[in-house]
Amino acid sequence: MVSPLPPFDPEASSKFFFKHGHTGWLGLEYSDHGENWVELKLPWREDLLGDADRPILASGPIVSLMDMASGMSIWTTMKTFNPVATLDLRVDYQRPAREHCAVIGRAECYRITRSAAFVRGIAYDDDIDDPVAHIAGVFMTIGKDPRSGKI
Amino acid sequence: MAKSDQSDGDNASENAMTAQLPHYAQSLGIKVSEFEDGLPVLTVEFGPMVEGRPGAFHGGATSGLLENAGYAALRAVLIAEDRDPQLKPINITVQFLSAGKNKPTFAKGRITRLGRRNANVSVEAWQDDRSRPIATAIMNILMADRTE
Repeated sequence: MVSPLPPFDPEASSKFFFKHGHTGWLGLEYSDHGENWVELKLPWREDLLGDADRPILASGPIVSLMDMASGMSIWTTMKTFNPVATLDLRVDYQRPAREHCAVIGRAECYRITRSAAFVRGIAYDDDIDDPVAHIAGVFMTIGKDPRSGKI
Repeated sequence: MAKSDQSDGDNASENAMTAQLPHYAQSLGIKVSEFEDGLPVLTVEFGPMVEGRPGAFHGGATSGLLENAGYAALRAVLIAEDRDPQLKPINITVQFLSAGKNKPTFAKGRITRLGRRNANVSVEAWQDDRSRPIATAIMNILMADRTE
C-alpha cells in the first residue's frame, strides 16, 4: 500500500515557486490561504509601471499574480499538485492600483469537476472592499501529482 | 521570421516604438519586431523572466505580451488619426491555446472596433507557426480625454 502524499501546502510551496522564473522575477510572495483560496502579494516596483504619464502599475503583472493565485487555489482545494493548464482568464479592472502600494491577489476555487476547475478572485491594495480588479478563470487538469511517482 | 514589405529595413521606427513601450514591457524584454500594415508586431525572447513551468512561458508573461501588443496597435491607429487620449484598461480575456515553448513569441493586435470612448481590440500570440496561435486576447480599452 502506498502511503498518501501530504496535502499541497501553499505556504511551503511558495518558497519554491517564487524562487525562479517569471513569478520570481515579479517577486511574488505568499500572503494567506484557506480551504479553497490562496492570497499572494505583488510588491510595488517602479519598473512594472504601465503608463508613461502616470505612476500606475501595469495590468500584466496583475494577470500573472491572479493566474498564480488561481492555480494555487486549485491545488489547495484538491489538496494535490496535479498540473493544471489555464484555458481562459478574464480580468475586469475597477480602478488603477495605488502608487507605491503592493497588490494582493486572492483567488478562490469555487468548483472542481472531473476535468475543469473554476476560479474567481479579486486583486486589491489597501482595502479588500475596494478591489482593483475582479477575475474569473477556467483551468483544466492535465496530469497526476508529479510527487506521486517519487515516494 | 520574414520581414514584411511594410518594414523600412533599418529598424529605426521599430526601435523608436520599442523605446515608447511602458516600463513593464521593457523590463520584460518586449520589443517591436516589425510593422505589418502599419500595426506593430511585438516580440519577447524566452528566458528566466518569462518562464513558468520549466521550459515554457508563464501564462502571465504571455498575457503581458498580448496586452502590450493590444495597446501598441491601438496607439498606432490613434496616431494615424491624430488622436492622443489617455488609455485605461477596462478588461482583458485571455484564451490559452497551447503551451508557449522555449523560443521567441510574437503578438499583434487588431482593432475590431474603434469608437469615441472605447476600443475593442483582439490580439494573437504565436511562435514559429503563425497559423497556430498559442494564445489570444480580447481587450476593451477606455480612451479618456487628457484633463490637463
